[in-house]
Amino acid sequence: MGRKLLFDKAHIEGIRYYDVYRANGGYGSAEKALKSMTPEQVLDEVKKSGLRGRGGAGFPTGMKWSFIAKPEGVPRYLVCNADESEPGTFKDRYLMEFIPHLLIEGLLISSYTLGCNSCYIYIRGEYAWIPDILEQAIAEAKKNGWLGKNIQGTGFDLEIYVQRGAGAYICGEETALIESLEGKRGNPRIKPPFPAVKGLWDCPTVVNNVETLATVVPILRIGGDEYAKYGTGKSTGTKLISACGNINKPGVYEIEMNISVEEFIYSDEYCGGIANGKRLKACIPGGSSVPILPANLLLKTAKGEQRMMTYESLADGGFATGTMLGSGGFIVLDEDQCIVKNTLTFARFYHHESCGQCSPCREGTGWMKRVLHNIEHGKGKMSDIDLLWDIQRKIEGNTICPLGDAAAWPVAAAIRHFRDEFEWHVLHPDEATKRNYGLAHYADPLEIAAPAAV
Amino acid sequence: MAEEKKLFKVKIDNISVEVEPGTTILNAARQIGGDIVPPAMCYYSKLKGSGGKCRTCLVKVTKGSEADPRPMPKLVASCRTTVMDGMEVANITSPEVQEARKGVVEFLLLNHPLDCPVCDQAGECHLQDLGYEHGADGTRYEFKRRTFEKIDIGDKIQLHMTRCILCYRCVFTADQLTEKREHGILGRGEAAEISTYIHKALDNEFIGNVIDVCPVGALTDKTFRFKNRVWFLKPVDAHRNCENPKCCGKTVLWMRGDEVFRVTARKDKYGEVEDWICNTCRFDKKEAKDWVIEGPRAVERHSVISQGHYVGVTKPKDTLTEVLDGRKPKLLMDIHNVSEVNRPGIDLSAIQGPAHSDDFNKK
Amino acid sequence: MFSEEKLNKVKEIIARYPQGKQKSALIPVLHLAQEEFGGWLSSETMDYVASLLQITSIEVYEVATFYSMFNLQPVGKHVFEVCQTGPCMLRGSDQIIDYIKKKLDIGVGETTKDGLFTLKTVECLGACGYAPMMQLGKHYREHLTPEKVDAIIEECRAKAN
Repeated sequence: MGRKLLFDKAHIEGIRYYDVYRANGGYGSAEKALKSMTPEQVLDEVKKSGLRGRGGAGFPTGMKWSFIAKPEGVPRYLVCNADESEPGTFKDRYLMEFIPHLLIEGLLISSYTLGCNSCYIYIRGEYAWIPDILEQAIAEAKKNGWLGKNIQGTGFDLEIYVQRGAGAYICGEETALIESLEGKRGNPRIKPPFPAVKGLWDCPTVVNNVETLATVVPILRIGGDEYAKYGTGKSTGTKLISACGNINKPGVYEIEMNISVEEFIYSDEYCGGIANGKRLKACIPGGSSVPILPANLLLKTAKGEQRMMTYESLADGGFATGTMLGSGGFIVLDEDQCIVKNTLTFARFYHHESCGQCSPCREGTGWMKRVLHNIEHGKGKMSDIDLLWDIQRKIEGNTICPLGDAAAWPVAAAIRHFRDEFEWHVLHPDEATKRNYGLAHYADPLEIAAPAAV
Repeated sequence: MAEEKKLFKVKIDNISVEVEPGTTILNAARQIGGDIVPPAMCYYSKLKGSGGKCRTCLVKVTKGSEADPRPMPKLVASCRTTVMDGMEVANITSPEVQEARKGVVEFLLLNHPLDCPVCDQAGECHLQDLGYEHGADGTRYEFKRRTFEKIDIGDKIQLHMTRCILCYRCVFTADQLTEKREHGILGRGEAAEISTYIHKALDNEFIGNVIDVCPVGALTDKTFRFKNRVWFLKPVDAHRNCENPKCCGKTVLWMRGDEVFRVTARKDKYGEVEDWICNTCRFDKKEAKDWVIEGPRAVERHSVISQGHYVGVTKPKDTLTEVLDGRKPKLLMDIHNVSEVNRPGIDLSAIQGPAHSDDFNKK
Repeated sequence: MFSEEKLNKVKEIIARYPQGKQKSALIPVLHLAQEEFGGWLSSETMDYVASLLQITSIEVYEVATFYSMFNLQPVGKHVFEVCQTGPCMLRGSDQIIDYIKKKLDIGVGETTKDGLFTLKTVECLGACGYAPMMQLGKHYREHLTPEKVDAIIEECRAKAN
């Protein structure tokens, strides 16, 4: 069994409620931080832990916190990004639904460190029942003196509010989230200025993912140095991975970042192998926007080394032969799946979610969707594949926010690794509407492939 | 003693300029002038918060600053990126920028109806200029274009959303010039549109300025609709004592003979309004006697409107030699020597009115 | 018009933000209004929300049309919002959508004649591990099968009677 830091007590009956959470050592880290440490000392522990943002970008959290501007007399805000909307990602939902106090404790410690007295949890609108859970937990914490005025007699005040979004993927981007929190359309802001200087209501603001903020709790419990001993190299600690697609055991897993991709997919502790005795065709290991990898490049890097579940190993080989850990939305495709169709659903997703503010994304995402739709439905031309490549290239890097990149990468990677499947769709339009291309050569180098269905 | 202001040294396409801290790359380039100025479809120096959206002004920062010389990893929107001391920027000297801009133009034209032959903006349309200067020859888009119904927003302004490129300028204008904004951006992504939601007339003394800020033919003056082509008209500077204290009363009249076809604000060489005018000046004062005419309007020889050979046409600054570090481009052919009609001896600006072939036949 | 109770709720929401930042309450109040006034936002409702928050109507329209959860047209009593993005597609969401279409005899975006059901396809709702799935009201219905869909439809009909 891998070591757990966030889910170590997740199995305890009633951990959702304050009494059980407290009885099992909950709020111990907050007590330690507020009563015996200065904010600088807490920041130091977070820096030492090597914690990296769990929302997708992987930016060092301690460094992000140290950027926050501290002008006199201006309030600072901590915003918890719970707008989990990346296809394949559903880890924060699990955390908030089942261990809400872990998040609240994390918010308390983080607010103390940053000197914030108001904190907002921005949760995606579709998670309509979770605000109730969080608000109940907040009320419990308040009743027990962990929120409100003069927390535990330390003189520190904090209020946590839950704000529901209303259905917009783009609000996961931090400046769009801030705009939405201000009651506006979720149009990302043009940076600079960065939120650390001018964020919510033009005040210095830190926006962090749910998992990142929850992870602060175990870091304080065991110490930053000890936390850094978990994992591999710069990928310290544990990471929540939400596994889905054609696997036997979809769900949210906490992994220590020292296991291999192969172990994660095939071991019974995690995904439990490919469903229905099929073989692995491809995988998108970090949420829909990261590049898709065929099985042969997924399990081993281009250098022939075993690929690990770490930020560095998954990115090994750059975009040519690698991918990214992203937000940990692990999507597995078996041999029966059609890459073109899968890419089309993602293109449709990004088209639907584009805010429409800047031209490459507004116009380009719809164009890609339509071209892909033609290819998928047997109306594609050979030149369409090159056209798609050119469109994605002209979107990537030219937009205000990273949604442009996120829309471009899945299309680029699908063409890069599965061009033959696209060509087959164009050349055999009738056949392509009736059956899928299948495994082809993608899984061939697999040594431990699960046996094919009899 | 006043503290001496330190100016930042910036180099754009090999040309150095010193600007005040806080200046954007685009405005630094405008201080140099000429070809190296990036095009801007959404940025408007008079409107706070505008810019960053259309992506036509993307440039490459090849050197971040003197202190941190690393280049910026992505192309940046020059209208919203401020300069640093020692920054070096490539615009027309970067093939990457040219390529990206070509892409942006294609995206902007993707759903544009290209109905220039029936569009009142033709001749002074920034999208036309942009497409001509930076675009590709054709489109690769094979799908149905997005269309909208034409809407009258008020009896003097027509909104033709199909032509809109969503620059947000008219929204900023309404926000910053009028007390209550009544139109805005509705919908999301590709379906986003300028609208009032429930059909409403825009009613404000300064709302007519949205016509002037619109870079395309999405917002047009209904009192001028289909009346004439802008290049057949003579622009003259004029003014009147406007009763509205906020209106500057300084305008351009677009005339033919004694007839005033339309009234606009005065625009600088980047097509930006110099000072806002009220609806009364714009829509209701359509007779020459309403105005004190100052003289012909100098129009930069840049857009199609300059084809009317107006008096006092100014030639844009030629930066080519500087960009090429002093090397002179080789002249392959002197058009004046070989052309039958375009004789060097004929001063085009001396011809009154549109040039006719007869003008060239005179020996 | 909101009831006294709902008005208090609006006040409570506005109190979460600093003085003068009541516009921040817009999305929560629109949610409240949609629940209260028949599951959709008419222009009258939006104007009312604007007056409550002391902002212009266009600011409300801009926001309401941006977010996909706000309905600007009347919808059926029960809205089936079936996810169709990648991970759900891999687990057969297309078949579920087809099944619902056939079963209720409506297309995507349509409402049944009795006004009871509306079928919508939506993009990723963050339940990829429990696919295929749909949102029904406040909650998710996961691991959908044709049998489960039947049961859900029955459940909704029973509730209506």
